[in-house]
Amino acid sequence: MSEKPKIALYWCASCGGCEESVVDLAEDLLFVVDNVDIVLWPVGLDFKKKDVEAMPDGSIVASLINGAIRTTEQEEMAHLLRRKSQVVIAYGACAQLGGIPGLANQFPLEEILKFVYEDAPSVVNELKTRPLEKFHDNGRTPELPGLWNGVRALDQVIDVEYYIPGCPPSPKLLKEAVLALLSGKLPPKGTVLAPDVALCEECPKKDTKPTDLKFETFKRPHLWEIDPEKCLLAQGFVCIGPATRSGCGALCVTGNMPCTGCYGPTSRVKDQGAKILSSIASSIGADTPDEIDKILIGIPDPVGTFYRYGMPGSLLKRKVIL
Amino acid sequence: MEEIIKENWNTAQVAAGGPGQKTSRIVVDPITRLEGHGKIDIFLDAKGEVERAYFQVPELRGFEVFSRGRPAEDMPQITSRICGVCPTAHHMASTKALDDLYKVEPTPTAKKIRELVYNIFFLEDHALHVYVLGGPDFIVGPQAPKELRNIVGVIQKVGIDIGKRVINTRRQLRELITYLGGKVIHPVLGLPGGVAKRLAPEELPKFKEIANEGLDFALFTLQVFKDIVLKNPEYVKLITSDAYTHKTYYMGLVDENNHVNFYDGLIRIVDTTGKEYAKFHTSNYLDYVAEHVEPWSYIKFNYLKPLGWRGFTDGADTSIYAVAPIARLNAADGMATPLAQNAYEEMYSILGGKPVHHTLANHWARVIEMIYAAERIIELVNDPDITSENIRNIPVNEPKVGIGVVEAPRGTLFHHYETDSNGLIQKANLIVATQNNSSRIAMSVEKSAKALIHKGEVTEGLLNMIEMAFRAYDPCHGCATHSLPGQMPLVARIFDSSGSLYKEIMR
Repeated sequence: MSEKPKIALYWCASCGGCEESVVDLAEDLLFVVDNVDIVLWPVGLDFKKKDVEAMPDGSIVASLINGAIRTTEQEEMAHLLRRKSQVVIAYGACAQLGGIPGLANQFPLEEILKFVYEDAPSVVNELKTRPLEKFHDNGRTPELPGLWNGVRALDQVIDVEYYIPGCPPSPKLLKEAVLALLSGKLPPKGTVLAPDVALCEECPKKDTKPTDLKFETFKRPHLWEIDPEKCLLAQGFVCIGPATRSGCGALCVTGNMPCTGCYGPTSRVKDQGAKILSSIASSIGADTPDEIDKILIGIPDPVGTFYRYGMPGSLLKRKVIL
Repeated sequence: MEEIIKENWNTAQVAAGGPGQKTSRIVVDPITRLEGHGKIDIFLDAKGEVERAYFQVPELRGFEVFSRGRPAEDMPQITSRICGVCPTAHHMASTKALDDLYKVEPTPTAKKIRELVYNIFFLEDHALHVYVLGGPDFIVGPQAPKELRNIVGVIQKVGIDIGKRVINTRRQLRELITYLGGKVIHPVLGLPGGVAKRLAPEELPKFKEIANEGLDFALFTLQVFKDIVLKNPEYVKLITSDAYTHKTYYMGLVDENNHVNFYDGLIRIVDTTGKEYAKFHTSNYLDYVAEHVEPWSYIKFNYLKPLGWRGFTDGADTSIYAVAPIARLNAADGMATPLAQNAYEEMYSILGGKPVHHTLANHWARVIEMIYAAERIIELVNDPDITSENIRNIPVNEPKVGIGVVEAPRGTLFHHYETDSNGLIQKANLIVATQNNSSRIAMSVEKSAKALIHKGEVTEGLLNMIEMAFRAYDPCHGCATHSLPGQMPLVARIFDSSGSLYKEIMR
């Protein structure tokens, strides 16, 4: 048993979808369990932080960490696993780029707390009670962790060797990563363990993508019929596919909805949002500012559209109110 | 970066409530340290008896606020990220909220496709709980060694062939969701007035085949539950024991016959005696549902608004209600399909009639719901409408307010949006399944702690017994705080009467 390579799986600020993607290995999960020794996996196995602390540094072959970093507890666990692991893999969009929870970086924490505990229409809280880190209750003091003001991607907290992209990653990518770990044939540090081509390459509607796109309107998908056979960009829907790494199998597009970019950029693109924004902007068929404004009505939330999964890890990082 | 620029950058970040940069001395709010995602702080009195136990959920992500400014049509995909274990529930509640927002009826086929996807999801999600998350307590046994109280132990107990059947059936069911939803984790089918993809006629035989297997599987699961749990008097004693019993109100969606429905219907609430207390349209939820804030948890505590917050008390004077399987069955008059109805009647007959107040009966109710979901799937795939191409009504009305409610596997789920005339979110209110149960879970944890700790004696087995009290709810604190995933690491900290840490137990 002890000769098998040790693997840890851990979650930070995440939704559990990455954990489900591991369960979705289905029959292959039995293969993984046979070939590695999972030393930490809170969702499926009993968890002991102290056991991990007691392990020699570097004794875990790889830690796959999903979720963004929001609390100190998550940050501490990330540092602990870093110390104990030869390789750390940021697993999923939240760990890689900040993910959808990263959209909170457009809002101060206080705004979130005020809404949740005071202003939400279902809240009854005349005394404006808030959860406290230390609450003194008749000599008893239950404690809560505090919250960071912002959300960070994993490599903004610890050093990371590899990334497995996606919200969630496909079980196929996970299986390939495990096989690479088992064989010891690892790519250079910093590699994203997914095909390094744009999603369009594996899109079933690829053949209908025009070489020269020209937008005269942007269509919001709920207001228009969607032709299931034709390139979504060619139909005027904002599809992030051209700026997004492939590897999912073009799932959303197969579901007749545009790609929203969860696999992040390819290695040739530094900032996914900027890339698709500039590519789309250069294809707008308009000559005057008024015409441009009219066309852009179809993209009412540029940050949520172009940086849906990647704001903390992008050049923007967060909204700063000076 | 130049030092001065870096300093200014960080100052600006911090002024904006930012996290600062990793390379700098981070000047942010001081944070206390904590382990574990679920947390129980237990305080003992001078005699070593439990004075107070606090069940805490220590995080939140703030989906309501960061949804602001987003196009409403993106909400089914954004809010599914509240929980990757039940993304389909959020996706569907959100899609229904969009129907209401744009005042557009989905086409009959669209509605059936949604309900089909939803019942497939229910069946596989409940199966996950029965065999992987909560079930091991019973199938393997609550006192079994920890290393066996998981899916591996379940497979050892029921046999590798059955273990493979569980894995295989879940995989097949999830493939059906993938076909219609694009992705099974965070599906994309929901649009106001319809769905994005039809069920092609050539796929129907596969759907029918897997549907039949789904029903076989659900009935088989009931047999497993009967053989392993009901034939063991110790388990039956445990289910009906006082430590795991609370008399509260119960809530769930019901159809026009007051039968359980997961996708649609009116909300019905029954009191502690099982009598109907209220039945109302989902758009009136704010008249009945209220959230109370405690300073010791990030999770909010729900209660019935007309009754007012009466604290963590059960019995006739309570204002606390429960949701999820046993609550749904309590709140309804029966099941809409024959085999599920048989199982429903059998359960209530064995447990002594309605309502059932035993928290651990959730496991039984969950299996009954699997049978209903499987039967409903068969009905839907045999509906001649299901493969129609008429899957969308395009919205034409100006959006303003939309409320969508479904039964998530873990209970009633509310999505409420308000938008500007362009359909951009101005306000979002989300009340998720587990949060409806939070008050009752807090009571369950305190009650079981009081029943299990005496004279300061705290055993290692305690934690699992306390955990069982809340695991039966299949709590999803990812949903509850819009932050954390389903099952969680847990730490129980026990303090003596002077407030000093006396013992800490973790899993």
